[in-house]
Amino acid sequence: MTDVRLFVPRDAGALAVGADEVAAALRAGLAKRGIAGEIVRTGSRGLYWLEPMVEVATAAGRIAYGPTTPADVEALLDAGLLSGAAHPLRLGRPEDMPFLKRQTRLTFARCGIIDPLSLADYGASGGWRGLERAVAMTGLDVVETVVRSGLRGRGGAGFPTGVKWRTALQAPGARKFIVCNADEGDSGTFADRMLMEGDPFVLIEGMAIAAIAVGASKGFVYIRSEYPHAIETMRQAIDVARRAGYLGAGIAGSPHAFDLELRVGAGAYVCGEETALLDSIEGRRGQVRAKPPLPAHHGLFGQPTVINNVLSLAAVPFILAEGAAAYADFGVGKSRGTMPIQLAGNVRHGGLFETAFGVTLGELVDDIGGGTASGRPVRAVQVGGPLGAYFPRALFDTPFDYEAFAARDGLVGHGGIVVFDDTVDMARQARFAMEFCAVESCGKCTPCRIGSTRGTEVIDRIIRGEGDRAAHLALIADLCETLKFGSLCALGGFTPYPVMSAIRHFPEDFAAVPARAVGAGTP
Amino acid sequence: MSGREAFQPQRAAEIIAAGAHREGPLLPILHALQEAFGRVPEAAIPMVAEALNLSRAEVHGVVSFYHDFRREPAGRHVLKLCRAEACQSRGGEARAAEAQIALGVGWGATSADGAVTLQPVYCLGLCAVAPAAMIDDQPVGRLDRSRLASLLDAARGDA
Repeated sequence: MTDVRLFVPRDAGALAVGADEVAAALRAGLAKRGIAGEIVRTGSRGLYWLEPMVEVATAAGRIAYGPTTPADVEALLDAGLLSGAAHPLRLGRPEDMPFLKRQTRLTFARCGIIDPLSLADYGASGGWRGLERAVAMTGLDVVETVVRSGLRGRGGAGFPTGVKWRTALQAPGARKFIVCNADEGDSGTFADRMLMEGDPFVLIEGMAIAAIAVGASKGFVYIRSEYPHAIETMRQAIDVARRAGYLGAGIAGSPHAFDLELRVGAGAYVCGEETALLDSIEGRRGQVRAKPPLPAHHGLFGQPTVINNVLSLAAVPFILAEGAAAYADFGVGKSRGTMPIQLAGNVRHGGLFETAFGVTLGELVDDIGGGTASGRPVRAVQVGGPLGAYFPRALFDTPFDYEAFAARDGLVGHGGIVVFDDTVDMARQARFAMEFCAVESCGKCTPCRIGSTRGTEVIDRIIRGEGDRAAHLALIADLCETLKFGSLCALGGFTPYPVMSAIRHFPEDFAAVPARAVGAGTP
Repeated sequence: MSGREAFQPQRAAEIIAAGAHREGPLLPILHALQEAFGRVPEAAIPMVAEALNLSRAEVHGVVSFYHDFRREPAGRHVLKLCRAEACQSRGGEARAAEAQIALGVGWGATSADGAVTLQPVYCLGLCAVAPAAMIDDQPVGRLDRSRLASLLDAARGDA
């Protein structure tokens, strides 16, 4: 047999459940049979309940098998894995699987399919076309294309990306910078990590387009230290892109010079806040800056700076290659395009689901996610990370859209949905939100620094049944108002979302005798 | 794993000089010092301050701000257990309690045999294979009681 090609993910989520061991077993199985085959290490398709998912190239396209273990490999090879033959673990063609078929993958079009560090794979799947278009346009035309696409910041704030770029383009400055915020610290989110590990060139291309748009000569990718695999893949991808002329002097054959430097965070959640991140790159404590001045006017080293999330920048190559309308055609209202949603926690079908805005929370959790992994009823979901609101089933008709979530005192954030079953104790979740704020506060604003610690103590008294419960709850509500209006950034400003939503939607967990047995969700 | 070279001023000076040309050099230098010495040695702080024209207080302020920078070396292995919401929803707190009992230490401490430092982490981006951990730089998902026990056994047996 010749031209055997197998695909095994090298995504950290797949490695965490044994992808390297499966790849090694496949290599040994091929050697034993005297078959010369190639095992391509890809990103993940994002169907994590099926990881490690192995694919094989056949005449009928790629055929997937999963979830695999090293112990399955001999039987798979004997059954005819290499020709896509039947086996209980056979899943068929990935693109026919309902979880993938229902998605609209614009940003994640290549993730899990290509070799992340292969320029040939990237180019053959439409890579660099957006950049090639951009180098033939004026900066202003690039900016206006992004404005017309309706792209909004995917990091959480939802500010129009093109408007941010226009401000930086118009700002006078000796130098300008593009900064990619890859400090993805929200629990329940992993899309940035997946993309950097699975398709790093799309992020580099997006940053290069942003550089052309605003006239920037230098970019930084700031990745959290908790992501060693993403760091390594990005580091290699930047080197490969530079050697191929997509970074450095005269990018993609144009007169523009733009280079990238990778920076590693040091375990501070608050550095995901854009101004704290800029301080961190500059070598300071990651403390939030007051705005104005906006980073677009006075950002990194005091120069005009575009700072965008990974997913915002990675959406840009599609917009330039296919046109603003092709992107804006997806979505609803003021939420245009697609959102890579992440289904996480106690969910049967956990993974990445990129889809046009407008899908409801209930469809995502029950239908696409398949309910809980534990098999128990879904009681609550937290949307948008540790600063996002908890939603009860009664609000599962909420469409995934920035304004619809805001109207229900929640936020889309970075698109993470964490599912909890009926063993969750919402008073403990509210306490955790306050405690997390206390641990991660940069200390600049008093309501955040002190209020979070006092909030934790008051919720502890409620949990222990001490004192006047009604007075404690009134104090928490008052404290949350102070946090919300008295903090510079989203850490203090949004901690009230999980706390108050837990109290509002699950009051029975804050009652004198909790209505339910207290216990942690166990698998 | 981070290195555990004994502190040598000459080696520290080389590391500092190698990073000093960068824009915003402080964090990369601190990471490099920790990579070499397993911690940010107290004696290196005035050297960094002098090289970057900062006060010692400024450097100290940065070192103490970030959770990653250690003042004391870690054990032979570092186990980071995720304590964030997605892992909580899948029994992460039970794993945390088991790890603390097995190692006989609380968060941030190293087991008496010097084998394992137990560190809390708030999200590893492995939220769809929760509960999650990282031993040294190796990710671990779907962490159940027996998997945790065998990880700890392996780490402690590896003297």
